Amino acid sequence: MTTSQAPLMPAPGDSRKRPLVVMRSVSKMFSSGTLALSDMSLTVEGGEFVSLLGPSGCGKSTALRIIAGLGDVSAGTIDWPSSRINSKGLPEGDISFVFQEPTLMPWQTVFGNVHLPLKLRGVSKTAARDEIMETLATVGLQDFADAYPRELSGGMKMRVSIARALVTKPKLLLMDEPFAALDEITRQKLNDDVLRLWHETGITVIFVTHSVFESAYLSNRIVVMKARPGRVHADFPLKTSMSRDAHYRTSEEYRQACEKVSNMLLEAIGGEEH
Amino acid sequence: MADDPILTPLKPGLFARNRETLLRTLIPICVVVGLILLWQFIISVNGIPQYILPGPLAVANSLYNDWGTLWPALWVTTQITLQALALALIGGVGIAIFLVQSKWIETAFYPITVILQVTPIVAIAPLILIYAPTTQVALLICAFLVAFFPILSNMVQGLKSVDHNLLNLFDLYGASRWQTLLYLKLPSSLPYFMTGLRIGGGLALIAAVVAEFAAGSAGAGSGLAFRLLESQYRLNIPRLFAALILLSVLGVVIFMITSFIAWAFLHRWHESSLKREN
Ligand SMILES: Nc1ncnc2c1ncn2[C@@H]1O[C@H](COP(=O)(O)OP(=O)(O)O)[C@@H](O)[C@H]1O
Ligand SMILES: [Mg+2]
Repeated sequence: MTTSQAPLMPAPGDSRKRPLVVMRSVSKMFSSGTLALSDMSLTVEGGEFVSLLGPSGCGKSTALRIIAGLGDVSAGTIDWPSSRINSKGLPEGDISFVFQEPTLMPWQTVFGNVHLPLKLRGVSKTAARDEIMETLATVGLQDFADAYPRELSGGMKMRVSIARALVTKPKLLLMDEPFAALDEITRQKLNDDVLRLWHETGITVIFVTHSVFESAYLSNRIVVMKARPGRVHADFPLKTSMSRDAHYRTSEEYRQACEKVSNMLLEAIGGEEH
Repeated sequence: MADDPILTPLKPGLFARNRETLLRTLIPICVVVGLILLWQFIISVNGIPQYILPGPLAVANSLYNDWGTLWPALWVTTQITLQALALALIGGVGIAIFLVQSKWIETAFYPITVILQVTPIVAIAPLILIYAPTTQVALLICAFLVAFFPILSNMVQGLKSVDHNLLNLFDLYGASRWQTLLYLKLPSSLPYFMTGLRIGGGLALIAAVVAEFAAGSAGAGSGLAFRLLESQYRLNIPRLFAALILLSVLGVVIFMITSFIAWAFLHRWHESSLKREN
């Protein structure tokens, strides 16, 4: 590697500016006849933390699943400009998904659950050990590697789920209301963990939530969706000079952000008869 | 003796738990022993003749004296039951995996398995006896057919009740069909398999006995059911009871073994093996 080649290589900062995924006019009609998404376009840059916010049933999960390649589109395209594409048109190994439920295999230990994505690639337990333990440490579960899911609290199970999503070092992390079932204190803790991981790894996050406060706390961009049919209603950045921590939660800036997001959400719901 | 280990704070709990286990074993044993004593008492007081109802002593006597006849019969019945169960496990799991491969395969073949299940086995035993090369094989087929269905239907249910999001996850990570079966579908249907195993184990024994009743043939290779019938013809009621007791013991042992297997595989992770604390 010579210095003359250096300008040709993208600097680490640059990768954050390249589109990672581009949704173009995507529509999704279920066989039941429900039009879940209609003409939805969304471009996400590398390194962004995007919240998808909207009333229940507006197609947030559908959009996320389509980005992950779980289910076909009825119209439109999904492109991955900065990834290598496999035969199914998906960026191999670049996407991870965290569901609302921890979705762990109860017959496997914490270690076994986090090992899963690597095991499916043919990496043995011994070969993956260091990587798994390292990932468990980032979510604070290094001491629970041998525990079974039923021995863990709801918040710890969710951490395992996040560790499993991170162990492959993906470019894009898709989270579908991951903390909706948790109590407020656990939820705030996990929000801080996700923010820290986002800072440390430079990963891109698309985070589905129906909580105004959660989206305003976490994201640097918010996409508000409208229901029936699902589409983008508003799309705006959320900038702050403050670092997002307990202090930010009580700040005037956060209050204003919440108010802005809340108004957008009300606007999106407005016009519906309930 | 002030620091007798039993007085340390941790021990009483341990002791209490051991005492509960002890009571759990002792109480049923006491009940059984009590019933046997009552049985002997009623026989002695009322002077009931042996050919109507033998006392426990007479039965024990027969068990001892006729061991030479009963033991080979017990062995034959055990073998048929276990072989049938083994075949039913292989067949049930294999066919369940085949059935869930596609909706159409299931639509096509499931009704046949249901017909096999709902047809009373005694009714087809004569047919099987005609076509099977030996009585032993016929008994094996009967016991297999009966044990097979609960294993099959439990496995089909287990394979189909896999967590939907886990399936999505396997898809997302590009898992092959084989990997999904091996790492997801089979382990998550393990509790269902164990239920099928326990039901199938009990039914295999019942079917082995019923089929032998239907076959009703004598010979060197006859099982406990034949010895039971034979004792009845000869009015050797103590031996009939002895054969009956051996059948119960065999049933209990099969139940204990299958329950233990289920426990060994599931207790670390499955809710059914969780002991409720409250
Ligand atoms: N598998 C499906 N089949 C049919 N309709 C579906 C399916 N999944 C979701 N829908 C419908 O699509 C719409 C959007 O659902 P979803 O994406 O789950 O919304 P959200 O996640 O925003 O609550 C809803 O009206 C829902 O009923
Ligand atoms: Mg949803």
